[in-house]
Amino acid sequence: MSVSESSTKNISISLKASKTVTNSNTEKGRFKRIASRIPGPLVGLVAIFVLLSFLSPYFLTQNNLMNVLTQIAPTGVMAVGAFLVIIIGGIDLSIGAVLGFSSMVMAWLYKVEAWPFEVSLLVGLLVGALIGFINGILATLGKLQPFIATLATMSAAGGLSVFITNGNTENGFPAWFDAITQSTFFGIPLQAFILVGVFLLAAFWLKFRPEGRALFAIGGNEEVARLSGVPVRATKVMVYTLAGLLGAVAGLLVTSRLDSAQPTAGASDLLNVIAVVVIGGASLSGGSGSLLGTFVGLLIIGVLNNGLALLGVSSNLQPVVLGLVIVAAVMTDRKASKAQAGGH
Amino acid sequence: MAETNLTSTAAGLICKGLTKSYNGITVVENVDLTVSPGKIVGLVGENGAGKSTTSSMIAGLVQPDSGVMLLNGEPYQPKSPKDALDNGVVLIHQEIRMVAGLSVAENIFIGRLPRKNGVVDTDRMFAESAEVLGRLGSKIDPKRIVGELSLAAQQEIEIARALSRKPRFIIFDEPSSSLGDSETQRVFEQIIALKEAGAGIVYISHRLDEVTRLADSIVCLRDGKPAATWNTGKVDHEDIVKAMVGRDFTYGHSKPAEAQDEVVVKVSGLGRQGVFDGINFEVRAGEILGIAGLVGAGRTEVVRTIAGSDKATTGQITISGKPVTISNPRDGIRAGVGMVPEDRKTQGLLLARNSMENMTLPWEKKLTKSGLVTAATLSKIYKKQREDLDIRGQAAVAVGRLSGGNQQKVLLAKWLIERPKVLILDEPTRGVDVGAKMTIYNSIRQLASEGVAVIVVSSELEEVIGLSHRILVMSAGRQQGILDRDEATPETVMKLAVQGHGLTVSLPIIRNN
Repeated sequence: MSVSESSTKNISISLKASKTVTNSNTEKGRFKRIASRIPGPLVGLVAIFVLLSFLSPYFLTQNNLMNVLTQIAPTGVMAVGAFLVIIIGGIDLSIGAVLGFSSMVMAWLYKVEAWPFEVSLLVGLLVGALIGFINGILATLGKLQPFIATLATMSAAGGLSVFITNGNTENGFPAWFDAITQSTFFGIPLQAFILVGVFLLAAFWLKFRPEGRALFAIGGNEEVARLSGVPVRATKVMVYTLAGLLGAVAGLLVTSRLDSAQPTAGASDLLNVIAVVVIGGASLSGGSGSLLGTFVGLLIIGVLNNGLALLGVSSNLQPVVLGLVIVAAVMTDRKASKAQAGGH
Repeated sequence: MAETNLTSTAAGLICKGLTKSYNGITVVENVDLTVSPGKIVGLVGENGAGKSTTSSMIAGLVQPDSGVMLLNGEPYQPKSPKDALDNGVVLIHQEIRMVAGLSVAENIFIGRLPRKNGVVDTDRMFAESAEVLGRLGSKIDPKRIVGELSLAAQQEIEIARALSRKPRFIIFDEPSSSLGDSETQRVFEQIIALKEAGAGIVYISHRLDEVTRLADSIVCLRDGKPAATWNTGKVDHEDIVKAMVGRDFTYGHSKPAEAQDEVVVKVSGLGRQGVFDGINFEVRAGEILGIAGLVGAGRTEVVRTIAGSDKATTGQITISGKPVTISNPRDGIRAGVGMVPEDRKTQGLLLARNSMENMTLPWEKKLTKSGLVTAATLSKIYKKQREDLDIRGQAAVAVGRLSGGNQQKVLLAKWLIERPKVLILDEPTRGVDVGAKMTIYNSIRQLASEGVAVIVVSSELEEVIGLSHRILVMSAGRQQGILDRDEATPETVMKLAVQGHGLTVSLPIIRNN
């Protein structure tokens, strides 16, 4: 009995050992290991980039690439908020509606109520943060599932933005405000700096600040985080509030670019934002993902939409391509993480 | 592996040499069990003795690595619970598994709803459910939603579900653990009725008086191996306890160093409504207090309250002479209480993160330099812990991929980064190998000698007796006594652990047949 048992054990050990040998010593194994470290989305981005460079002569011009950066800036700012929420294992459906609502509040205060512009702008940002805060309270103290909580606030914020100006758009903002989205530095649009700045700030927070680092713990296993003394509820509320604030920032960018606040702005961005985060490799069940991945996901969507437009593909077909990319990205990502887990 | 040659054509369920191991750890080894129609076999043993694994193999939940099972002379190799059911073998779980949103009848017939013309024949389903419940003497309405019913009622439904399959062999795994006296009485009547109707029954329980009164024979397991078999139910409890615990101590625990005089933690009248009650003890600096008891005795619940994982409803905790209110884990950490929880995979570790991230999680606020948590600070701390506790495995690897022993060491290290005043360890060596066990024992002794007040909850008697200065024994949510190291033997501890169930039900007298 015991003899046969130990011999089977030996076999399994030697099998394992031979596996590691092939993995680490042969060229193929090494290549595989290195390849599995490169994030899948990045490979996809490079492939799309190369492909489009061949298909369209205009694609690889500075003008066009800067154009891409400007187009993706609001989505990207929102994606950072969505990413933070997804990391803690939540979801924020209201982020697009917050974009429209905060922009409308600002425009309404400034144009209709004749408040000073700076104050209106500040209130617009605060309103975004407030909706996020409400999301956080509903999801923690209210014990609602985040999907439901943010579905409700999405609906309410969407309704309110139409209600306050009776569905009218408000046009005409101070020149300095419009300039935010028109200025460039060294040939690079200011919006791109804002976008990258938001990503860097968030990445810094997630890497170096205790509260930010705790996000991964909460998303990974809330009970472990709680038993380790992490203030789970407070952190969650903070994250939803931040997401709301970032939605409002995106609203300002859109308003500045169009010189116009539109009640339905942002409503169609929600799925793009979530797609960005998912393509970037974050898990919707929380606890894993990187902002770098999200940034790559953002570039994929930006480049793809731009490329399809350059190639004259009907804009109605763009969502179809987006759907295919989501499936492809998540499937390759899952394969990669399985390979990394070493068959466990 | 010599195949056991069984030529028996005897009626009944015969298991020979059942063996099962997980990840190289043998949990059941060479267990024999014979269940004859119309007889009850009592299966007893300590926590982790292999009772549940054995019954899972018989019921097709897991497949044995080796061994033979015969059912009425035919080879019997159930591949799934359904397979076992088709052969007339059913396991009634200790934990109730019901779909809360469905009706009683739907739960009874789940997976095999009776059909008529392609739709569910609800009339027949309700009628048959009522019939089987009626046989149990239960008055539960089959149309009620299960979620609205009490635990005891759900246990009855669980039994009804098993009976509706008309099984010939039934395993009851601790059926009375969630039941009150009158429900227990009803369950016993059922078991006896089943026995008289010719079913073969395996009855698993910690409550020895139940076992000795019901069983026709008793099998005792210890560390996964058969420890004793009696061909009668009339066995002295003392003898059973001896068989349950009488093992060689393999670790040669030395007497721990003398404790200091200063009382670090004092618990008075601690209770949590409906869970446990009236807990009083103190632990001095350098002292190791063991908490022993059977599963469900309330040991984990007590220490969770001290660490702040759950809130106490009554009582007072004093730490270093100061009364403290600990209503969440943060309060506990602030008061100097660290706890290595029972289940490292769901409560202790972030399996997807690496060892360093896991260890530093509770302390990151304190580890900041000019507001920042830096890799340099963390890796310095990590390296020290890694050395102190002999943690192996790559630093960058997700903790979930380390061995059980290394996982447990990481979890222990997590609570030692800032030396706690009180360190609670709940099952500190569950599922770890011998080497890691020794390291963990040494660290516990080392910590105590440095003046930490240590509380160890363990189901392993050897561990709890070997490590502790004193042992608090719990049973049924109450403190049954505190034994000094000199008076603590497996027998004295187990005796306290099995008492106090206050079995007031009068068991029906079983006819001898």
